[in-house]
Amino acid sequence: MSSKVIHALYDDDDVLLNAVKEVRAAHHHIDEVYTPFPVHGLDKAMGIPPTRLAIMAFIFGVMGLAFSIWFLNNIMIVDWPQNIGGKPSFSFLENMPAFVPVMFEMTVFFSAHLMVITFYMRSKIWPFQTADNPDPRTTDDKFLMEVAVDGNEDAIIALLEKTGAEEISVKEKH
Amino acid sequence: MGHYEAPIREPIITGDKSYHDITLDVAAPIEGKANKSWYIAFTIALIAFLWGIGSIAYTIGTGIGVWGLNNRINWAWDITNFVWWVGIGHAGTLISAVLLLFRQKWRMGINRSAEAMTIFAVFQAGLFPLIHMGRIWNGFYTLPVPNPLGSLWVNFNSPLLWDVFAISTYLSVSLVFWWTGLLPDFAMIRDRATKPFQKKIYSLVSFGWSGKAKDWQRFEEVSLVLAGLATPLVLSVHTIVSFDFATSVIPGWHSTVYPPYFVAGAVFSGFAMVQTLLLIMRKVSNLEDYITRVHVENMNKVILVTGGIVTVAYLSELFVGWYTGSSYEDFVYLSVGAATGPYWWAFWSLIICNSIIPQLFWFKKIRRNYIWTFIIAIFINIGMWFERFDIIVINLSRGHLPSSWTQFSPTFVDIGIFVGTIGFFFVLFLLYARTFPVIAQAEVKSILKSSGNNFKRERDNPSTVKTEVKKEPIIIKEEIVKEEKIVEKPIVDVDDKQAKTNSLLESLGTFDASKDTADNLKKISGIGPVMEKTLNQIGIYTFAQVSKMTNKEYDLLDSITGSFPGRAQRDDWAGQANKLKS
Repeated sequence: MSSKVIHALYDDDDVLLNAVKEVRAAHHHIDEVYTPFPVHGLDKAMGIPPTRLAIMAFIFGVMGLAFSIWFLNNIMIVDWPQNIGGKPSFSFLENMPAFVPVMFEMTVFFSAHLMVITFYMRSKIWPFQTADNPDPRTTDDKFLMEVAVDGNEDAIIALLEKTGAEEISVKEKH
Repeated sequence: MGHYEAPIREPIITGDKSYHDITLDVAAPIEGKANKSWYIAFTIALIAFLWGIGSIAYTIGTGIGVWGLNNRINWAWDITNFVWWVGIGHAGTLISAVLLLFRQKWRMGINRSAEAMTIFAVFQAGLFPLIHMGRIWNGFYTLPVPNPLGSLWVNFNSPLLWDVFAISTYLSVSLVFWWTGLLPDFAMIRDRATKPFQKKIYSLVSFGWSGKAKDWQRFEEVSLVLAGLATPLVLSVHTIVSFDFATSVIPGWHSTVYPPYFVAGAVFSGFAMVQTLLLIMRKVSNLEDYITRVHVENMNKVILVTGGIVTVAYLSELFVGWYTGSSYEDFVYLSVGAATGPYWWAFWSLIICNSIIPQLFWFKKIRRNYIWTFIIAIFINIGMWFERFDIIVINLSRGHLPSSWTQFSPTFVDIGIFVGTIGFFFVLFLLYARTFPVIAQAEVKSILKSSGNNFKRERDNPSTVKTEVKKEPIIIKEEIVKEEKIVEKPIVDVDDKQAKTNSLLESLGTFDASKDTADNLKKISGIGPVMEKTLNQIGIYTFAQVSKMTNKEYDLLDSITGSFPGRAQRDDWAGQANKLKS
């Protein structure tokens, strides 16, 4: 098992997208693709399964709503019911309309923040994290495809050359 | 992937940009030095801010008796300013969230700055409830936390408490939305940074963003879901602010029209403030190609619609006030009594600034004109401040007991705090403009092919497309010892090469390692690691040297290296180096 990878640098998103399709069609393994901006259709072309973050956002929202109901009921009805302008202070359901704004805000709060935290954790991005894009130009205007080498280096280089790569470099895997 | 966009749509990125040009244009204000006008503006803003701090300190130290409040008018500039700032803070999230859901591409040029404006405006807004408590050290009583009064909880039936929740949710979600969008752009600055301190800071704030395919997939999903969450959120915030008034029993305040009317007014004033800031920013930061007439016109259309909604609300309030025949309705802020009473000037400022002047935007010439837009936006900013002043002060100035009728006059502290928040706002915005990527460059790059003027032109007239020269790929092999082995054509004729090298360096100037520092030549588009090495072997290390290159030097260089003839001209290395040099 070789520990080499090939980095192919492209200067156009459409050329890259075609290259990704061709490399996959030739049954080489694409480790990673680094792009300066979201290239639409790249995840499909690479065969990356869709993200489930939206589902998590819904679950977090439900959690937020449930928490807010417990929270409001505990404070306003159970712990210390107060007579405020004669409003129904001993029944959650009757007092609920006044709680809707806070229930809504807490749903949004939980959903948004927990989703973003999940995103950061899953993608391993947080303060003091070091970036691992192999070439600084990939945040500017270049697109880099990392292909795993498995004893077929020359074949991959030939294929990448055909796909319009600008630079092809063979590297040790770090 | 199709990048088709109907030819009838105007380009929203002009100036024949390439991806690299966008990088350069967005990074320029951060990497360059601030000019004199920035320092002057910053100094003025800072002085205003310090004056505001002084006024706030005086208020907290002495008590809110130092304001111009009296028995009858017990809420005035504090809440006026609060609602004004919250309203301004509505355009940013509207642009980034609602326009994202509607797939409006023109949001890309302006969303970053609009969100920044939102966050800074909400900071200002948040100050007012805090200081108008009087005893700020008891501020934690607004939070549902166990406290010294035997855990006497807050009152969740009160709109003032809903406000605490709405505004803190809004601020924190906007902040997270903004920062997540900033990560790829901070990463771009980080990868370009040459100074170690800059590199460190931007590495820290970019959270190690690397632009992996999976990360982008998640990034887009998160943006979409956040937009979906922020859209009802932004509408809820000003709805709840309006409840502060609408659920009370003061004539003129307990009005069911308030929530939609306040939300429309907030969007109206927010867009006016975006126009005010961006029309200056596009000039100062050279962003004319990204914030174009199309953006300005589209925002003016939103202003026209929301201004229309606000005007209809004014008219319906006025009509209902008159139609009820109730004498108390003649005390409210939108009535014949207000128009002819002691506050006639505030009433007419509102009507003229918010309902009459913005109608000029019906003329296409005016809504596409930068100067007119700027002037009208200033009027709207003033008009929307008067709207809140009218609602609060005119309503309170009259009541059921004529003996208590009075007027409000602000003290220097009221004025100081208001001016101070404007100063604070501009201090933050000016710092932002010099340290943050003010255009969401990653998103702008993703629409360049569909909406860039050069791409549109070439797509619509295929005859203008220049035939691309097929470039030879460079192949670099790294051996196990990690030495870069370059597989390339061998260089011929050593003597001849030496002579050419000397004449090349003569015109470009030599590099003295003891005096000069080498630049990262890879920043020039077209120079890769191999080319950089070749240039270094010749003796070219700095942007200054590259910037002196003309056609003669390009030819010499080509004959020395023997690779990529004509490449340097095509990519205009000298021009790029000139920009990078400064």
